[in-house]
Amino acid sequence: MRNLWFSAVAVVVAALVFAAARLIGNPYVYFAGYVVLQYVVLATAWNILGGYTGYVNFGTAAFFALGAYATVVLHKIAPATPLPAMMLVGGVLSALTGLGMGYLTLRLRGTFFSIATLAMAVVVQTLVTNWNFVGGSRGAYIIRPSHAPLFSGDYTQYLFLVMLGLCVVAIGIARAIEKSRLGFGFAAIRDDEHAAEASGVPTLRLKLIATALSGGLMGMAGAPLPYYVTYLDPASGFNLSYAVNTIAMPLIGGTSTWAGPLIGAVLLGTLQQVATVTISSALSLLIVGVLLVIFVIAAPRGIVGWFRR
Amino acid sequence: MDLSFDLLGNAIVSGLLLGGFYAAVTIGVSISFGMLDVVNIAHPAFIVLGSYIAYMANAQLGIDPILASIVVMPAFYLLGVVIYHIYDVSFERRGDASIRGLAFFFGILFISEVALVLIFGVDYRLVSAPYIGPSLHLGVVELPLRLLVPCLVALLMTALLQVYMSRTFIGRAIQAVAQDPLALRLMAADPTRIKRIAFGLSIATASVAGAILIVIQPVEPSIARDYIGRIFAICVMGGLGSFSGTVVAAMTLGIVESLTSTFYGPSWSPAVAFGFLLVTLAVRPAGLFGRI
Repeated sequence: MRNLWFSAVAVVVAALVFAAARLIGNPYVYFAGYVVLQYVVLATAWNILGGYTGYVNFGTAAFFALGAYATVVLHKIAPATPLPAMMLVGGVLSALTGLGMGYLTLRLRGTFFSIATLAMAVVVQTLVTNWNFVGGSRGAYIIRPSHAPLFSGDYTQYLFLVMLGLCVVAIGIARAIEKSRLGFGFAAIRDDEHAAEASGVPTLRLKLIATALSGGLMGMAGAPLPYYVTYLDPASGFNLSYAVNTIAMPLIGGTSTWAGPLIGAVLLGTLQQVATVTISSALSLLIVGVLLVIFVIAAPRGIVGWFRR
Repeated sequence: MDLSFDLLGNAIVSGLLLGGFYAAVTIGVSISFGMLDVVNIAHPAFIVLGSYIAYMANAQLGIDPILASIVVMPAFYLLGVVIYHIYDVSFERRGDASIRGLAFFFGILFISEVALVLIFGVDYRLVSAPYIGPSLHLGVVELPLRLLVPCLVALLMTALLQVYMSRTFIGRAIQAVAQDPLALRLMAADPTRIKRIAFGLSIATASVAGAILIVIQPVEPSIARDYIGRIFAICVMGGLGSFSGTVVAAMTLGIVESLTSTFYGPSWSPAVAFGFLLVTLAVRPAGLFGRI
């Protein structure tokens, strides 16, 4: 019942956000807003594994780019596929990759998993760079439809709306997990994995569920990317800044609840959009890195931690 | 595929030389990750920093890059001591080193990369030295000096560290510190101080490794990332903290990468290290020579 209430409120908030964007009417709002929303999804997805279970994933870029490249392939084979279906395909692909990776490395200490995800980003990038069908290192061009389906407006508005919907889904999932048996299992793993195992928590299975869910959501967030950028090459799809941002946002917002990644992503994402326009994009990334280090050292519980004493 | 013997021989030799270089790059992580249990994923960033310092010394003052890197080793040692101090106060004493410690080093990796981009730009930089260019010829096998000199320097550095670790009190204390800090305390050695020294040493090796790196190939800021997979693959395969294991694992990876790039093309070689890492983690996580 409370989940239902929460979903209703989330949908209303999302509708208000979209209405506000329509009212402002400036196309740049959708353009910048899309990036912020995309980070809300990525940060929430990262937090399901990193914040709840305590396993650090450095390979966000790989999961994200897998989703994006799934769309590139689908666009070439079956251009008529609706975007939500493409997102589903990208999500399933990333979830399966996460499952395979997790199965190989999650039985070991957490640091091995982290290192493996870091290396995985390099390898998936190598594979895509050598795969000519999706453009190889030259990159791929995607022609974006000029009008949104279902309602009147620009296609960017449609992308914005789709990403907004995904935000609601991701946050809903994260919150539902937090209050469920699954979430308690995750927390037990995070606090003391040996004790959890000893008291009958199926740790490997739970970790695999977390990895697949987290990876899948990242893939879904990446799927609309080719339509947003219209030109996708490996260097931009696998950009390290995705990994840094998705780690920085939950850690700055606070990793223990669904609200942390949301707050972190909205704050940092907006800050970056502003800094990119007013200063420079390299400097805005530097700000994120410095903020991450400062927060990790000085405010280990994030912004949410300030209000929960 | 027409397997030419000359080509094979040359690929194996240059793989061995490359492996020596990989050993120098990994040795610092063998200390920090293998012995101290500090997951310093920012190590490649310090190596690239070393490359840029060698580049500056070479381009501005005309000093030999490897010589310059040896001169600045004390500065790197101090940098390592400072970073370990921050790490210790913020994470190890609070007892939550895992997630936040990893994020901390990841942040450092990223900051140093962006800072280097802002200062030097994204162009490839290279150095000049008398041994870059000429090669020795042993029959059909070619020994390029730009690979041979780094390999010898790397092996020398590894051998010196091995002697230090096994013959001196502090060296032995470093090997013991992660296993039993209490026993170390009973031997009148402060575990925190020992770890600080060890971490300083591990960062000091990054200076030399960086100079070697820029001798072997041109360097740009984001190159650090390509080495993370390699470094940790070698470190894990070598058995976490075993220097001889690190050298053997580094040479193995060097040969396989060299063969891959000779017969399939260089764009595939980054994938090799990852394959190594995954297979090692899945089949034998204790490494080839692990004691675990």
